[in-house]
Amino acid sequence: MGKTVIEKIFQSHSGDEIKAGSVAWIDLDVRTARDFGGPNVVKHLRENYDGNYLEDPEKTYFTFDLSVPAKTIKYAINQQICRKFAKETSMNIFDVDEGIGTHVLIEKGIVTPGSTAVGTDSHYNILGAVGAFGQGMGDTDIAFAFKTGRTWFEVPETMKINVEGTYDWPSTPRDLTFAVMKELGSSGMLGMAAEYYGDEIEKLSLDGRITLASQTTEMGGIIAFIPPDDNVIEFMSRRAGRDVKGVYADKDANYVKEVHVDVDKLEPMVASPPKPTNISPVSEMEGIEIDSVFIGSCTNGRYEDMLAAAKILKGRKVKKGVNLRITPSTKEVWAKAIKDGLVDIFINAGAVVFTNPGCGGCAEGMPGLVGEDEVELSTTNRNYKGKQGPGKIYLVSPATAAASAVKGYLASPDSTGVKD
Amino acid sequence: MREKIIEGRIWVLTGSDGRIIDDIDTDMIFHNKHLHITDISEMGKHALGNLEGWEDFPEKAEKGDIIIAGKNFGAGSSRQQAVDCFISLGIKAIIAESFGAIYKRNAINSGLAILECPGISGVGLNNGDIISINLETGSIKKDGEEIIKARPMSSVQMDIYQAGNLFEYGKSMGQQQD
Repeated sequence: MGKTVIEKIFQSHSGDEIKAGSVAWIDLDVRTARDFGGPNVVKHLRENYDGNYLEDPEKTYFTFDLSVPAKTIKYAINQQICRKFAKETSMNIFDVDEGIGTHVLIEKGIVTPGSTAVGTDSHYNILGAVGAFGQGMGDTDIAFAFKTGRTWFEVPETMKINVEGTYDWPSTPRDLTFAVMKELGSSGMLGMAAEYYGDEIEKLSLDGRITLASQTTEMGGIIAFIPPDDNVIEFMSRRAGRDVKGVYADKDANYVKEVHVDVDKLEPMVASPPKPTNISPVSEMEGIEIDSVFIGSCTNGRYEDMLAAAKILKGRKVKKGVNLRITPSTKEVWAKAIKDGLVDIFINAGAVVFTNPGCGGCAEGMPGLVGEDEVELSTTNRNYKGKQGPGKIYLVSPATAAASAVKGYLASPDSTGVKD
Repeated sequence: MREKIIEGRIWVLTGSDGRIIDDIDTDMIFHNKHLHITDISEMGKHALGNLEGWEDFPEKAEKGDIIIAGKNFGAGSSRQQAVDCFISLGIKAIIAESFGAIYKRNAINSGLAILECPGISGVGLNNGDIISINLETGSIKKDGEEIIKARPMSSVQMDIYQAGNLFEYGKSMGQQQD
């Protein structure tokens, strides 16, 4: 019997025999904690062990991205706890200037196809975008991983997701992601690994892959792999400074089930509060009046997302009374958006705040929360009640978000007359 | 050795329509505005603080109580506090139709007894009922009668539970070299 991607990655990182359903000890190539979770990881390590806290400081990182720079004294204190610990142990730290941890790990070639990585971030399975295994964990789990370099896993079954058909602008990878979520719902991947296949999957750029992989947790999944194409392999090799190889499933691998998702002539979609899987076409919801718009987050804070927004905002104005905030995911995206003149376009569109890189208002970490009765269109990952303030949050693609900012109400990107 | 049979009073997490609530996420259990809290004794008073109708749970709950929940309990973020807030209150066990994947790991690693029990929402349990749970067999009893069977704990889960938590388990199995 052949093996799935997760079985192969686990097998190459374990002395135990790997098969779905078994419990195995897995070696971890990368272990990280954010400014959220990090202070508790330090606390656990100091309480449970007498010095010698890290199996390998080189493989251990803090990645600050939640409240960057610290917006409250408490976050400032927590970050300082991590900085002191990093200094003491010689572990690595990406401080408040770098951006979203998972994105930074990809950009810097620290995580590559086939890697195993864990961190205190429920969207850590974003790393499936490059065919790596990433698992978000709580601070107990991560402290143990820091100390030992390994952890236990119940090897999950794998489901196969075949994405069929093709679509064009104004639909985007976020809309493809919505189509998958509409099909699977909030627990369609519960406790499982997944692998994506199909023409539109193969066509996805790295940025599009990050968007799709970022919603794995919202469907209950452990990890969803997008098999790396030549572009991803080339990019990762360049960033890692060595030749990297993808890990691909065997032809006779065993899948627990197979799901088909039709994206033929896909329309732009929207997820209504309070669940990211409450999905319907924008055309059915068009006209909802909005107060604010957010473009960013680990789901849609990449350069291509900035570009999609800029294309629509170029030569146009944000509707009076609407505020638009844009937060790039990393320093690299932030710098490129400035260098390429995207920020000029945003400023000329008016009512735009372009912030430093990070997670944005998600988990109320950065400025830009949503007040009572406020209606926001957002490209973030979740619209749970109270996730970034008491207001109502509708999730959309960056193109839909930008077009709606211009119109002042929920509108499809083609309503602006912009062509791909 | 920690007890393998747990007996206690239950809280069934139902909504205003009387039905058990599915997809209770970690923001409803332990809201992100309290994420800066690192002291476990401070966490209990925020448990279920963002779940409509359950805001007063920390006042009502007593040490040794058991929680009954629906599908995908603990969906969402990786925050350990969403588990630790229940430990803080002395909650002894959580039985749910199913758990969010990360939540399940966090609960197991913290040594909180959790059992997956498809069908638990349909067996007519009410707030205040006293039940007993056999963690090894999954048998759930009320008034001495078995009412449903949960999936028993896995071997790793039982080992970590018996050790107290993941750190203690790691020490006991020599996973950690000093």
